[in-house]
Amino acid sequence: MNIVVCVKYVPDATADRTFDPADRTVDRVNVPGVLSELDEHAIEAALQLAESGDAEVTALTVGPAGASDAIKKALQMGVDKGVHVTDDAIHGSDAPATSLVLAKALTKLDETSPVDLVLCGMASTDGGMSVVPAMLAERLGRPQVTFAGSLELSDDRGTLTIRRDGEAATETVEATLPAVVSVTDQANEPRYPSFKGIMAAKKKPVETWSLADLGVAASEVGLAVAWSTVESYAQRPPRQKGTVVTDDGDGGRQLVAFLAEQKFV
Amino acid sequence: MTAFELSPEHEEFRQVVREFARAEIAPYAADWDEHHHFPVDTVRAMGKLGLFGLIVPEEYGGAGGDFTSVCVAIEEIGRVDQSLGVTLEAGVGLGIGPILRWGTDEQKRRWLPDLAAGHALAGFGLTEPEAGSDAGATRTRAALEGDQWVINGAKQFITNSGTPITSLVTVTARTGDDEISAIIVPTGTPGFVVEPSYRKLGWHASDTHPLTFDNCRVPADHLLGERGAGFKQFLAALDEGRIALAALAVGLAQGCLDEAVEYASTRSSFGRPIGARQGVAFQIADLKVAVEAGRLLTYKAAAAKDAGRPAAEVKQAAAMAKLFASEAAMAAARTATQVFGGYGFMEEYPVARFYRDAKILEIGEGTSEIQRMLIARGLGLPVE
Repeated sequence: MNIVVCVKYVPDATADRTFDPADRTVDRVNVPGVLSELDEHAIEAALQLAESGDAEVTALTVGPAGASDAIKKALQMGVDKGVHVTDDAIHGSDAPATSLVLAKALTKLDETSPVDLVLCGMASTDGGMSVVPAMLAERLGRPQVTFAGSLELSDDRGTLTIRRDGEAATETVEATLPAVVSVTDQANEPRYPSFKGIMAAKKKPVETWSLADLGVAASEVGLAVAWSTVESYAQRPPRQKGTVVTDDGDGGRQLVAFLAEQKFV
Repeated sequence: MTAFELSPEHEEFRQVVREFARAEIAPYAADWDEHHHFPVDTVRAMGKLGLFGLIVPEEYGGAGGDFTSVCVAIEEIGRVDQSLGVTLEAGVGLGIGPILRWGTDEQKRRWLPDLAAGHALAGFGLTEPEAGSDAGATRTRAALEGDQWVINGAKQFITNSGTPITSLVTVTARTGDDEISAIIVPTGTPGFVVEPSYRKLGWHASDTHPLTFDNCRVPADHLLGERGAGFKQFLAALDEGRIALAALAVGLAQGCLDEAVEYASTRSSFGRPIGARQGVAFQIADLKVAVEAGRLLTYKAAAAKDAGRPAAEVKQAAAMAKLFASEAAMAAARTATQVFGGYGFMEEYPVARFYRDAKILEIGEGTSEIQRMLIARGLGLPVE
């Protein structure tokens, strides 16, 4: 079977993330990027399915040149091959445009070798909208099964069952393949790349596609046609210095007074 | 001259091990140290990451990697936890190394896959109460009776010999008047007794025991390598062990540097960070130089080993790396605790643990004195 994992190259959450002042898009050049850690759960899910049966796993990303690092990390973890869609016109694309490019790339992959399962992370760690998997499923006309906390394939690998943990209830959802699934961070513990994986990744194939390769017009994507834009942004104010209560016998009273003032008690 | 710049793949691997150490080891290191706890689940996780199998060929379940990659892993683990660093160092160098180097295909098939996966650990029983650096003074005896070796004697300071996952210890023993051989003794063999753990100054979370052998019988085919070649065999293994220990020392020195820089930047006295004082900053600058110099010597030695340079060159490089890096580590621990002032003496900061863990680096895998002797001999000096 063929599994494609959609992954995103995002600014490292441990770095100082910011926007590009020129067009108020996320700064992906001056901030170090990484494979979104939420996507690592989707990769792990794919690798586990591949280990329990015969499957080829492809990592697919849409992003600037640096996004090949996200593909590389996926290959180091054990994914078999990568596809990187990159084109200057994609800069500033919103979720609908991103899902369009992903859908076209998946369709192109499907033509060579049918894609049975598309896995996504539950959200990106930058935009954090969680809508791309659903949009992707709509565009592909495939069942969408989102926020899978666990997933299992039937013995004939024709049906998929997931558990979705909600606040009020836990649902068990079944879908026929091919389907689009998003995987939560509760589904598994992503593996670290091994030395063997790092060495093997060097020899794995990665294809680079442009919008023209997918038959997508530059006018269909990018900042100019985004449904929403960032109008302005401001630095988060620096954290206020905390209050230190010196206990001169009435420390307890001062603490209670503070808590009462903040309406905690 | 060999190239010793690490490849991009080694650097990427370093990042992975660093991240693993930061997430899975650093938060617990102080607790394991305090309670002298050998964290077997974490050792298994290191196995899952492939650290123990780095130099093991793929056919025996390893990564088929080079010795440099082992040094990278040991340095990064040792940077946050020396106990787990030495567990890895000994697991690979002393546990896996001898079987990999001298084992028959059958012995490799039987023991290596579990050792490479970190499901099992092996120890190397060389040191005895009266035979340390002078390993030729070995007293443990093994006599061939029928198709069995009967082993009698005692070993000491044997790392990884009594963990819940120890599968074997390779023991050196006299098998004749002028003959030392190595024999594999599986855990649980009657007559093979793992004595209670030592109380050590450092390496609290690593597993070290004295061993006794009382009419311990193993099949004749458990002989490892050639009969009578035990001494020569283990001498050949020591160079690798020295480079690996140098990597562990570089990890400790780097850990001390990390801590000292952080503390000197944030701790203030008389209204300024203490790192603004030349008396503090210059010591840390020297520490940085020592770390870099130790690292260069270590990876140069590892590169010489990987490139298959002549044995004499590797021996000299290994001794220099081990000597310099271990003494740099000791000095780094001293500097870092001094920078921390009174807090450096408190167990709540890692530098106190590093201080306790540093001393053994100047002793294990050949003392500093032995290294100097080897280096002098390598220069052709008639040193005794």
